[in-house]
Amino acid sequence: MNNWETVVVETDLLIAGGGMSACGAATEAAYWAKANGLKVTLVDKAAMDRSGAVAMGLSAINQYVGIARGDNTANDYVKYVRQDLMGVCREDLVYDIARHVDSSVHLFEKWGLPIWLDEEGNYVHEGRWQLMINGESYKIIVAEAAKNAMAELGDNGEIYERVFITGPLLQDGKCVGAVGFSTREEKFYVFKAKTTICAMGGAVHVFKPRSTGEGFGRSWYPPFNTGSSAYFTLAAGAEMTCQEVRFIPIRFKDAYGPVGAWFLLFKARATNAFDGEYMVERRPELEKWLPYGKVKPIPANLRNWLGMLDIFEGKGPIYMRTEEALQRIADEYKDDPKAFKKKSKELESEAWEDFLDMTISQAMLWAATNVNPEEKPSEIAACEPYFIGSHSGASGAWISGSEDLQTAETKGEYFWGGYGLTTTPGLFAIGDASGASSHKFSSGSHAEGRMAGKAAIRYILANNTAPVVDDATIETLRDKVFKPMVTFEEHKGATTDPNVNPNYIRPRQFMYRLQKIMDEYAGGVSANFSTNNKQLDRAMELLTFLKEDSEKLAAENNYELERCWENLHRAMQAESHVRTLMFREETRWPGYYFRADMPTMD
Amino acid sequence: MPSYVIPDKCDGCKALDKTACQYICPNDLMKLNKATEKAYNQDPDMCWECQCCVKICPTQAIDVRGYADFMPLGASVVPMRSTDSIMWTIKFRDGSLKRFKFPIRTTEEGKAVPDGGFAKHSDINSPELYTEPASSGGPIAKL
Ligand SMILES: Cc1cc2nc3c(=O)[nH]c(=O)nc-3n(C[C@H](O)[C@H](O)[C@H](O)COP(=O)(O)OP(=O)(O)OC[C@H]3O[C@@H](n4cnc5c(N)ncnc54)[C@H](O)[C@@H]3O)c2cc1C
Ligand code: SF4
Ligand code: SF4
Repeated sequence: MNNWETVVVETDLLIAGGGMSACGAATEAAYWAKANGLKVTLVDKAAMDRSGAVAMGLSAINQYVGIARGDNTANDYVKYVRQDLMGVCREDLVYDIARHVDSSVHLFEKWGLPIWLDEEGNYVHEGRWQLMINGESYKIIVAEAAKNAMAELGDNGEIYERVFITGPLLQDGKCVGAVGFSTREEKFYVFKAKTTICAMGGAVHVFKPRSTGEGFGRSWYPPFNTGSSAYFTLAAGAEMTCQEVRFIPIRFKDAYGPVGAWFLLFKARATNAFDGEYMVERRPELEKWLPYGKVKPIPANLRNWLGMLDIFEGKGPIYMRTEEALQRIADEYKDDPKAFKKKSKELESEAWEDFLDMTISQAMLWAATNVNPEEKPSEIAACEPYFIGSHSGASGAWISGSEDLQTAETKGEYFWGGYGLTTTPGLFAIGDASGASSHKFSSGSHAEGRMAGKAAIRYILANNTAPVVDDATIETLRDKVFKPMVTFEEHKGATTDPNVNPNYIRPRQFMYRLQKIMDEYAGGVSANFSTNNKQLDRAMELLTFLKEDSEKLAAENNYELERCWENLHRAMQAESHVRTLMFREETRWPGYYFRADMPTMD
Repeated sequence: MPSYVIPDKCDGCKALDKTACQYICPNDLMKLNKATEKAYNQDPDMCWECQCCVKICPTQAIDVRGYADFMPLGASVVPMRSTDSIMWTIKFRDGSLKRFKFPIRTTEEGKAVPDGGFAKHSDINSPELYTEPASSGGPIAKL
């Protein structure tokens, strides 16, 4: 480590991350950077072709508003999001993304993403806002456009893959770039930037997943998004928002295959083991969560909650009635055997593609258990909690909205720079990294990235001074980054088994400890998603020990160094979550977590 | 469903300066054993079974075996990805087979034009992104 080369990269705009939002940012920023002679540098810990939550592909674009076609207005989308999150959202941000998202979708189509079209040439909708796609190569296509845009910058467009960002570079309360290390070569990286966009996704494995053996990595949210955004923005001193809002999706049990197509497209019912339909039988429960219990569609967390109540009462398993749904659709064609055969084939292929495009292991699980969805139902269950600002969660940094969308009342509070600027000068946040603008999904995250990409270039033009960072700051950061390797080297000889050593903790055990604390005290799966003030106090107590022990993390090689840093990032997200859970003295999203000591909504 | 490498088929991507599976894995799991020149998954229980490694391997040397802690043995899901489509072969535990083919893109690989051919503008102070309003299909909503 001491002989690792220090590489200093100077740039104007640094984009940290290479996922959907980062690709949007790169595509847009490259255009404005070129016009103004500025440099853009993008850094991803993986390969942009397959990095982030869309690595495997997706089977739907979940946000398309259809404004130009008169389908919906941006305000319709704001209303939907506000209700789904039980009243908590920044309307200016949601509105802003909604007015730009269709443009991203139209670009995807031009770039080559196959969006399903009906006979009249209109997009096939899965639901009001969702479009069906053949999305196996979704990320490759979006990354390709971003890379091509960066290439137009010539020497002023640089992409670093396989560089892990550990944290921000700070000077006088301003973010002036980032530091990290190569996971391939012995190199420590210092990126000095006039402005930085944080786009490193959300966090998983903060809570213990349901599978703890080989299936540990089969969390719904990808194991490679590890809280780097939350860590980065918190470490830079940025104000955060909605840190209590974790996301818990209901998915096919164990392999976590998507349910959207089954509920929305095939109109399947979910029933308990005794054929009871919780969405019908438990309707009176919704009265307790007014006004949101009465809105349409019923908020995701309340739908979760009704199903959870069945489980708590011993009525599980819960099933997605795939067989019923497919039979009902087939029945519509029963008088026309030829049409019936064609429709059956179509449905079969649609059902399987939904999994193959985005959760291949669900297809594997069906095959391994001889499930044909037209013959028998499949179990669904609530996943463990995740932190994701772009899907139906809301956690992330508190960011500035656009100036033209502020009213007299909001202007002072919601606007202090361009779209996406955090409260730390020089630092923007987008996608899963920005909060209170839920339901932006893949398309909205891309659009948000473009919005911030343009705003960031404007910000640079207004604050065009190269950062000066002293060598001592860089040396301190370098020592911090490599500390786990030094610790390992120093103590590895103390025992015969490098895994068990009183002088250090390896990242895997550190992660298990974190997950156990969060699961048991902060409302994870094994605690039935329930917690209370005393549990949270205990969580903080144990997290404090963990934080102290983080000084003793040990890494044998740079692969393990990556895992150490991922867990440092997760631990920061965990602490921020627990502190905010304590602060919110009510239960607002019962199907995300239940404050047993404050069981109602304020 | 962690990935595994079939030794007879893996040639360590000899011709390339980096192996394809190591290049692509979003979780940095695939590694080359320098002595045997064969790849392996260095942390199978961190595998998302996204099959990115399977799809990219030039010799079809990678396959996946369902996570043994919740999947019965005997099934397989094998992709064959070309430049414009993907073919899936699904083998059930009971031996039955299903095959599906789906399109994956409508343009030539590498040819995504960033502006999508939409008209551009040069006003950095406007709320419109550089391909808007053309790429939106209509004016951008304003208060
Ligand atoms: C299982 C699943 C299914 C989904 N289904 C749909 C759907 O059907 N339709 C839809 O529209 N949306 C869907 N979404 C939502 C969509 O994928 C996300 O909203 C979107 O990907 C968020 O974009 P992002 O840029 O914030 O994060 P990501 O796209 O996840 O990108 C994160 C990036 O950060 C990089 N990174 C992380 N840590 C570091 C670090 N320390 N250093 C450097 N780089 C780092 C990663 O490599 C990656 O490039 C789904 C999400 C999931 C998880
Ligand atoms: S991509 Fe295939 S051939 Fe190349 S190293 Fe990996 S497993 Fe071996
Ligand atoms: S299946 Fe995905 S996560 Fe697993 S090794 Fe292959 S590329 Fe990596």
